[in-house]
Amino acid sequence: MAYMILQHGESRSFPPDDPFLAAAAVQADIVLHLGTPVAPDPGKVAVVVELGVECLADHAEDDNPVYTNVVGFSRFRNGVDSPSKLVELVRMRVTADNAVAAAKAMFETAGFTVVICTDQAGRILDRLLRPKYNAALRFLDEGLASAADMDTTCKLGLGYPDGPIERLVRGGLAHHCDVTSALFATYGTAAYAPPRMALAARRRGAR
Amino acid sequence: MGAGIAIVAARAGFDVICYDAVDASLLRAAKQSQAFFQKSVERGKMSEVERDTVLGRFTCTTDIGAMAACDLVIEAVFEELGVKQKLLGALDSVCSDHAIFGSNTSTLSITEIAAGCKRPDRVVGMHFCLPAQLMKLVEMSPGLLTSHTTFKTAWDWTVQCGQISVKTQDKPGFILNALLVPFNNDAIRAVEAGVADAESIDIAVKAGLGYKMGPLELIDLIGLDTQIRLSEAFYPVTLDPRAACPPLLRRMVAAGLLGRKSGRGFFNYTGNTMFGA
Repeated sequence: MAYMILQHGESRSFPPDDPFLAAAAVQADIVLHLGTPVAPDPGKVAVVVELGVECLADHAEDDNPVYTNVVGFSRFRNGVDSPSKLVELVRMRVTADNAVAAAKAMFETAGFTVVICTDQAGRILDRLLRPKYNAALRFLDEGLASAADMDTTCKLGLGYPDGPIERLVRGGLAHHCDVTSALFATYGTAAYAPPRMALAARRRGAR
Repeated sequence: MGAGIAIVAARAGFDVICYDAVDASLLRAAKQSQAFFQKSVERGKMSEVERDTVLGRFTCTTDIGAMAACDLVIEAVFEELGVKQKLLGALDSVCSDHAIFGSNTSTLSITEIAAGCKRPDRVVGMHFCLPAQLMKLVEMSPGLLTSHTTFKTAWDWTVQCGQISVKTQDKPGFILNALLVPFNNDAIRAVEAGVADAESIDIAVKAGLGYKMGPLELIDLIGLDTQIRLSEAFYPVTLDPRAACPPLLRRMVAAGLLGRKSGRGFFNYTGNTMFGA
């Protein structure tokens, strides 16, 4: 399925050598915005917007019918880890089914696993993961267990490929701080508040 | 759960006395143990002679007085503080002074359980994971009064059994359930909030994080009623809003949607279609 790309700066979803970038057409019915401003474009089947910690409504006004073909997406990535194969596709109340279907088919054809969610802060994964990671960091501070024992528990007890602390440290605590700060600004609940270790990492300029 | 722990101990060469107040429960556990070791023979993991040797280490009894012969007693009774305290009190009067009491609790305080007996220095948390005969992890927790010697003796015993132990403080849910129960509730709340359907949430977790099972599939497996029970155990102690039982969970249980055991929970196990919550 053909798509074209409008890009400004480096994309978190598609690093410079990602084959998805190389496979883009010059002109197509689907346009991807990677860091470029989004404007209504009724001539396209789908206008697909890369999202970071923000919501799709930051780019396209809620319930405005000129944005019926605008779809958001985020390729899940744990900080500086390589991007995963998961694409979270974001639809608004006004989003047309055919725009969602076109964007989904485009990503699936390119080999991604696609899930569809509504335009809520953190989408699926960050909404679920970040409170759990916050709890793990708090447990570490409170001496519940060592980092190694928490990670071992998750791997042996739950079959996870890695533990929460090793994943956070590998991906970057400052990144976790950025994501939780954005979530906390929206939800305002303590579960999303950036924890001490993440805030400290951000303040000292670590990744 | 008790049968699984007994298998772990017997397999490691320890004599095991299985006590239950109810004869039928003992019989069921004995049959499960026999079936497990028979399968081990069929899969070539042990010989018939080894099977018979291991099974020969089991003694089953409804007489709590038989526990007098034990150096280590691991309880795996119903997850209710009063029940566990009463059992430890009864064991106190029959067991030798040096015997250590291990508790397989997954949610209760070791210190509070130990308050049911006169040897709190010889009570230790030993939380095995289901199924204990297959899972290596044991969460080991000292209560406030647990002695260093008790903890070390129990820890060394798990090592002799081939288990991998981790040390946690005596806090609600220790590590595993303290992370898992609120996370599972968050997944239910995401469905309730219309973030995505159950299937999409599970796919995202598996594809994005490499987990073998999504949280909603896992809740279906452990039982939605069990998730309520876990939430009700945690929330009053922690007052963590994430541990509070989500309204959708209560509605689903009220509707008889208990997960796999009822044929339908977040997923329908006749057609494996998603529950449209």
